[in-house]
Amino acid sequence: MSSKIFNKETDNPVEFSIKEKLTDSLNPSYIEIINESYMHNVPKGSETHFKVIVVSDKFKDISLIERHRMINKLLNDELKCNVHALSIVAKTPDQWKNENTITPSPPCRGGFGNCIQLRKLK
Amino acid sequence: MTPFRLYKSIRSFSTTVDKIANLVKKNKVVVFMKGVPDSPKCGFSNAVVQILRMHDVKYDAHDVLEDESLRQGIKDFSNWPTIPQVFINGEFVGGCDILLEMHKNGELVAELKKVGITSALSENEGSQEKKSKD
Repeated sequence: MSSKIFNKETDNPVEFSIKEKLTDSLNPSYIEIINESYMHNVPKGSETHFKVIVVSDKFKDISLIERHRMINKLLNDELKCNVHALSIVAKTPDQWKNENTITPSPPCRGGFGNCIQLRKLK
Repeated sequence: MTPFRLYKSIRSFSTTVDKIANLVKKNKVVVFMKGVPDSPKCGFSNAVVQILRMHDVKYDAHDVLEDESLRQGIKDFSNWPTIPQVFINGEFVGGCDILLEMHKNGELVAELKKVGITSALSENEGSQEKKSKD
């Protein structure tokens, strides 16, 4: 077997595309895309649950709900097809300076597609 | 899609929208979640339940896992792609992240107060109100 070079674009296509779209449109001073799928009842290597941290000047004077709507809209395709859960931290650089401790998302409780049935079967 | 099927799907869509428009107004706080408050089936839904419990808020909860048309319908209604969804006074306020943020920065206490709900976490003013009611 030939050794394979890890490539974000092909191995984590959803994560790559999320990062690219948010970076292109929001010009963030800080961005982090965290794949939290491993915390859930999905196959290993899945790209279904994400947390995004976006720090951008473009959020200035924009309410939190509208910041979320901006990001949801940019990631509309991903949310329709692959992404099942998206946790969003959207801050301005000033807000980010004051608070940069991010808590991990809560653990799954089984309500994803068939996994309730899987749990019942166990 | 045949015209008839298209008509049917439009009709069922508008029925769901009407139904949801009524649901969100039925109580001052209405939550669409996965599972029920005593047994949430999603960590994000659970977080919303815990936050509202801390504020000792009474609310209507609707389990979207029990009704596929509601699961999709509520997303279309609010133009919001994820569950849970929280409504205060018929208005969509956000999902888990936003409610958590509002809880942390005190906005939730203020929003609840606007609709006549005294949060268990509201300071001084809340206790004064309780006293005056006694």
